[in-house]
Amino acid sequence: MVVAEGRPGVSAQRPAGLAAGDAGRSGVLLLLVAALAATCVLSVAAGTRTIALGTVWDAFAHFAGTEEHVIVRELRVPRTLLGLLAGAALGVSGAVLQAVTRNPLADTQILGMNAGAALFVVFAIGVLGLTGIWSYVWFAFAGVAFATVLVYALGSIGRGGATPLRLTLAGVALGAVMSGASAGIRLVKPRAFDYLRFWDVGTLAGRPAQIAVAVAPFVVLGLGLALAAARSLNAVALGDDLARTLGAGVVRTRVLSVLSVTLLTGAATAAVGPIGFVGLMVPHAVRRIVGPDQRWILAYTMICAPILLLGADIAGRMLIRPAELQAGIVTAFLGAPVLIWLIRRRAVSGR
Amino acid sequence: MRLSARDLTLGYDQRPISEHLDLEIPDGRLTVIVGPNACGKSTLLRALARLLRPSAGQVVLDGEDIHAYPAKEVARRLGLLPQTSIAPDGITVADLVARGRHPHQKLLRQWSERDEAAVVNAMAATGVTDLSGRLVDTLSGGQRQRVWVAMVLAQETPIMLLDEPTTFLDIAHQIELLDLCLRLNREQRNTMVAVLHDLNQACRYADHIVAMKAGAVVAQGDPKAIVTAELIEDVFGLPCRIIDDPETNTPLVIPRSHHANRRNDVRQPLRR
Repeated sequence: MVVAEGRPGVSAQRPAGLAAGDAGRSGVLLLLVAALAATCVLSVAAGTRTIALGTVWDAFAHFAGTEEHVIVRELRVPRTLLGLLAGAALGVSGAVLQAVTRNPLADTQILGMNAGAALFVVFAIGVLGLTGIWSYVWFAFAGVAFATVLVYALGSIGRGGATPLRLTLAGVALGAVMSGASAGIRLVKPRAFDYLRFWDVGTLAGRPAQIAVAVAPFVVLGLGLALAAARSLNAVALGDDLARTLGAGVVRTRVLSVLSVTLLTGAATAAVGPIGFVGLMVPHAVRRIVGPDQRWILAYTMICAPILLLGADIAGRMLIRPAELQAGIVTAFLGAPVLIWLIRRRAVSGR
Repeated sequence: MRLSARDLTLGYDQRPISEHLDLEIPDGRLTVIVGPNACGKSTLLRALARLLRPSAGQVVLDGEDIHAYPAKEVARRLGLLPQTSIAPDGITVADLVARGRHPHQKLLRQWSERDEAAVVNAMAATGVTDLSGRLVDTLSGGQRQRVWVAMVLAQETPIMLLDEPTTFLDIAHQIELLDLCLRLNREQRNTMVAVLHDLNQACRYADHIVAMKAGAVVAQGDPKAIVTAELIEDVFGLPCRIIDDPETNTPLVIPRSHHANRRNDVRQPLRR
């Protein structure tokens, strides 16, 4: 990936367009990492009550137990950490799904996976009465796996197998059914309804501090699997036959991808509720910047998606102060116009 | 003989297409497989490329069953250009050609000078160097097919399989691509196997021609020796004459006309 550094003889004859501007892409990635760091600082400082940066620093360096110090350490930092993890998880799961299905519109929400996780979590909380993240995170994974298997099975019935169009239709249909089932459970279980009210729209606010810690290992594992599959996903992008004659294990790549998506979507959904559009939007935007190399797409998505989610969360805190707008609502408001723009753009370019 | 098929039975879902098929691919030569639609040419090519597991018999690569090798090892010895390929949106020519290096890369040592040299050489050999920074979506059909050949070439395999590489090209680009394949075969001495539809092109370019019918190899050998009117009638059910191609002295297949001897009748009403 990083080539020709300190080897001018090679870079001189380097054909134009070959991994065009690896140095440029690394540079922009560094800038984005800096932007993410800035977003994190802002997320800790900004809110219903704005806290001066000096005070934020003191909360760690010279903790004095003041109210502001407690807000920073007990509320804002866990919330920011949650945004980081959930953002990266949602974004990368979308990028992996788009790559492995060769469908630019693939997204955990469109393929019904978020709805599957949500249904199982609602069942665990509403019917079984579980409330600890440690108990219902497993239900989220099971829900994603359930939805994945069901959507794939439904999408591959009949001749021709699982085409992107069929998978999308099956995902949208099953997603609607599962969302309906979740709504049904909430209506008949008013107590659960209350607990679920905020979880349901997707928000970073009001989550217990240990949630970030609980889902972190799953997110890290999911991201690792995604990166391990990146190079094979580049081969799979050329079609199954070519991928196989290039020596990429197509089945192995699919399994790795599905595992990664299950871990990431399950963890993110259990932690912050079903937040849509991040997984659809970010990989799309990123692809326009870095081109079709999955290694770059995944790296950029991993940085850009948390910027978007934390940005949405910060915007939600600032827009209707002192009340808050849930991050899931903000991403939906941002996401819908972006989706329309994407579709229009493709229509114009004739593809 | 590096690549051969022994007592091969091929099929999809228990529906046999070929049974007890034996074939030897001559090393360093250009072999062309011909036959009517659905005769099993592409199926055979897929089996030779390890994409289809035979239900009986085996494809032998360098003395061993091709399915006994790890996928990457096969990919370093044998490359395939499928009938239709997908170019990812927004990929440049050079990046697409570079994807042919997949079997030579490892997780930690991802891109070497050898990879770079292979890509540069492949693009030079196929004449796409000037296009290297262009997006594949913006190329003409002929250019795009040359880029795909460059990608397979960058794989640096001693054996290359091409499944109907000329199908979507106009006649000039068909000839251009076949000339390219012949030149690559002569210069690099690699073994090439192509499925072609055009018999006259097959006769012109092939060192070795394999005629298939209903899943079986009916005849194989030097086109001049084996392509006869009887063979073409047997394989394709097409009455024809064979004359010498004035350019290359290879067989030229001229289909018989149903109207040739009745030219005067053509103006008369069809139904009397």
